[in-house]
Amino acid sequence: MKQRLLLSTILSATLAIPAVAANVPEGTALAENQAYNYWMLDAIKSLDPQIVSSVEDSDAVRSLMEGLYNEDGDGNLVPGVALSHDLSEDKTTYTFHLRPEAKWSNGDPVTAGDFVYAWRRLADPATASEYAWYMELMQVVNGAEITAGEKKPEELGVTAIDDHTLEVKILAPLPYFPKMLTHTSVFPVNQKVVEQFGADWTKPGNYVGNGAYTLKDHIVGEKIVMEKSDSYWDAAKTVMSPVTGLTINDENAALTRYEAGELDRTIVPAGQYPRLKEEFPDEATSTPYSCSYTYIFNLAEGKGNEALKDVRVREALSYALDRDIVVNNILQGGQKSAYSWTHWAMNGFTMPEIDYSKWTQAERDEKAKALLAEAGFGPENPLKITLNYNTSEAHQKIAVAVQQMWKQKLGVEMTPQNFEWKVHTDKMNAGDFEMARYAWCADYNEASTFLDLWASYSGNNDAKYANAEYDALLKNAKTAADPGPDYTKAEEILAKDMAIIPIYHYAKVDMIKSDLKGLPQNNVQQTWYAKDLYRVAQ
Amino acid sequence: MFSYIIKRLVVAIPTLLVLMVLSFLLMHAAPGGPFTYEKKLPPEVLANLNAKYGLDQPLWRQMVSYVWGIIAHFDFGPSFVYKDRDVNEIIAQGFPVTLYYGSIAFVVAVVTGVTLGVVAAVRQNSLIDYFAVGLSIGAQVLPNFVMAPVLVLVFALWLGWLPAGGWEGGEISHVILPVIALATSYMASIARITRSSMLEVLTSNHVRTARAKGLPEHKVILRHALKPSLIPVISYLGPAFVAMITGSVVVDSFFSTGGIGKAFVDSALNRDYAVMMGITLLVGVLTIIFNLLVDILYAWIDPKIRY
Repeated sequence: MKQRLLLSTILSATLAIPAVAANVPEGTALAENQAYNYWMLDAIKSLDPQIVSSVEDSDAVRSLMEGLYNEDGDGNLVPGVALSHDLSEDKTTYTFHLRPEAKWSNGDPVTAGDFVYAWRRLADPATASEYAWYMELMQVVNGAEITAGEKKPEELGVTAIDDHTLEVKILAPLPYFPKMLTHTSVFPVNQKVVEQFGADWTKPGNYVGNGAYTLKDHIVGEKIVMEKSDSYWDAAKTVMSPVTGLTINDENAALTRYEAGELDRTIVPAGQYPRLKEEFPDEATSTPYSCSYTYIFNLAEGKGNEALKDVRVREALSYALDRDIVVNNILQGGQKSAYSWTHWAMNGFTMPEIDYSKWTQAERDEKAKALLAEAGFGPENPLKITLNYNTSEAHQKIAVAVQQMWKQKLGVEMTPQNFEWKVHTDKMNAGDFEMARYAWCADYNEASTFLDLWASYSGNNDAKYANAEYDALLKNAKTAADPGPDYTKAEEILAKDMAIIPIYHYAKVDMIKSDLKGLPQNNVQQTWYAKDLYRVAQ
Repeated sequence: MFSYIIKRLVVAIPTLLVLMVLSFLLMHAAPGGPFTYEKKLPPEVLANLNAKYGLDQPLWRQMVSYVWGIIAHFDFGPSFVYKDRDVNEIIAQGFPVTLYYGSIAFVVAVVTGVTLGVVAAVRQNSLIDYFAVGLSIGAQVLPNFVMAPVLVLVFALWLGWLPAGGWEGGEISHVILPVIALATSYMASIARITRSSMLEVLTSNHVRTARAKGLPEHKVILRHALKPSLIPVISYLGPAFVAMITGSVVVDSFFSTGGIGKAFVDSALNRDYAVMMGITLLVGVLTIIFNLLVDILYAWIDPKIRY
């Protein structure tokens, strides 16, 4: 017996609303001007789906290419090239049914073979993709071995049964596997074009995509211009065109250009949200964004500061850190104080109520003083620690505020140490720190993307935190029908060991022109598709 | 003169080699690499990347193959960060941008700077002098990271005359503000140097002789005083020109020109080794060429100088 996903039926029902464009509600008057200019912090590094490595890259690639599934404004899956899929009884074989009418911008049909080629290419050591590990994360059969050079790319567990049927074999059941398919690194590429032009295939003129837009122009470090693609299967619904991304490294310069009308969406620089919200109530927005900010301790044996290996010291520091001051007085952009690690708004995740999150700050301070005294630190013997952070005004403000909190409440002498980003990262990787600022952004919309980080076997666990019970819970969660209780328990263990100090959960704080509609409202990944956007007449 | 130029060019080769080796070593000595991220790459992925870009080779071999690539194919290597491009493409895209607005800014700075300096010196201690000195001190202390936002505020936001940023292939309205932002502090320096050098020349014997001959004042200034007073200005202009045409990170970032000044700083922060080397060498070659030009100009201006 096969479990058939009802995705396509549900969707065709919702999409059956008579719509002229994107998901424009009936009766909406569209504006004449449907051009969209958005802000990019950095230059686009690559438009090759398997090479993509930054937010700017993937935002553009999501318009130029289309994967098996897309996300809607709430982060739910909607059909892309795949209409639906079947899952085998042992939950390790996925069979995707592809849309027969999907086409590349050069007129070729999009086939299952294009996905096979792209996925093998991602894992292939010769491609040297920074996201090659994504195949392993998705548990695709032989993914890890291929990247390690032990097997050939042809041995990857992905097969084109026919032009419109794609079969994927994974190592073990993975409930959130379909959610991982919206990542740009598993988008298809046109083999013919990639082989014809080599590394130059991503240049305007050569670029062939299967998305709602075609690449008109790309000047690295200045702008990317995309125009509506007529060969896209759903082209009748695309309203916004042209779509232009402008690279502006300075957030304040970007805000000025927004005010001058050159941008329709831009970021709000830290601390300016309250002023802008008052001045432009319809334009200043703050929505949850799936990243968490934390201070980590170096728990590696023989490294870091020995005093911090005492859980009472770590608890004291965490309790005395007043998160509300950080979010309300420094950041002021709708971020939320964090007492647990996973971002509160992750899809399907219920944030556990960690004990100390319910105390008042006065209670926390009281407890912190007692714990630190118990650990043997006091006015005669003050705790001396250092905190590394990378160059940024906001990180610096937070570090200085925390330094004051710890000094005043606990008499702790913390020295903030500022490093250039690469040096900061290098020091963390090498275990050359006592405490360090760290942040993590979700790779996919499921809590394990956060919690897996602190597993003892995780390559990114620079804190070198290790707890066997924690590891076991996460392993169990991978196959559990409902991983929720495991996640709650894991968060409780993190808090009990105070392995890290969670500080706040991010918000995306933006200025958005009030006539712009169709941007995701409740998608914590902030995944947006230009094809869903439209401008209303005002 | 000809043999002097040949000699200088021959000396340039070892100079560039030293520059290259030093920057290569310093760059690799900096902590972190192009693939050091907050989200650490798994070892096998990192190994594949290092193999693709030759970073798994010993340093000396990397350097040899780098130099060989330049000599044999004029290939400065791939960018480790902008993976769709190589260094030649990055320079070919960014350098014309900064060359364009940098050259205009240079002309603006020289013309206004020299004029201000000369007028101030000729009318020393007059209102014009105070105005010129005040203006150049003001322009000097106003750094371009202050100038740029102020210019945008006034001309883009309040008056709405000019766009706040972007390049659009060097369309004139997009060039004006970057030119002003870049030119101001150079103009100020040029004005100050011209003024003090002019003051010195004006009291020299040959100017006194010229005046004694009864030449009209404007001829004395233009024909006899200006040329020698330009020598210190010209020695300043050589390196200044190179700095201007290779762009300013502030101007590039603030106006999003896509110029090479920003690319240079980014490459250092991203440890994009090949791009950093490529732009370093470009700046090195330009510096050598323009220093040589300056020396040739000296000889033309001052007959006492012989090579």
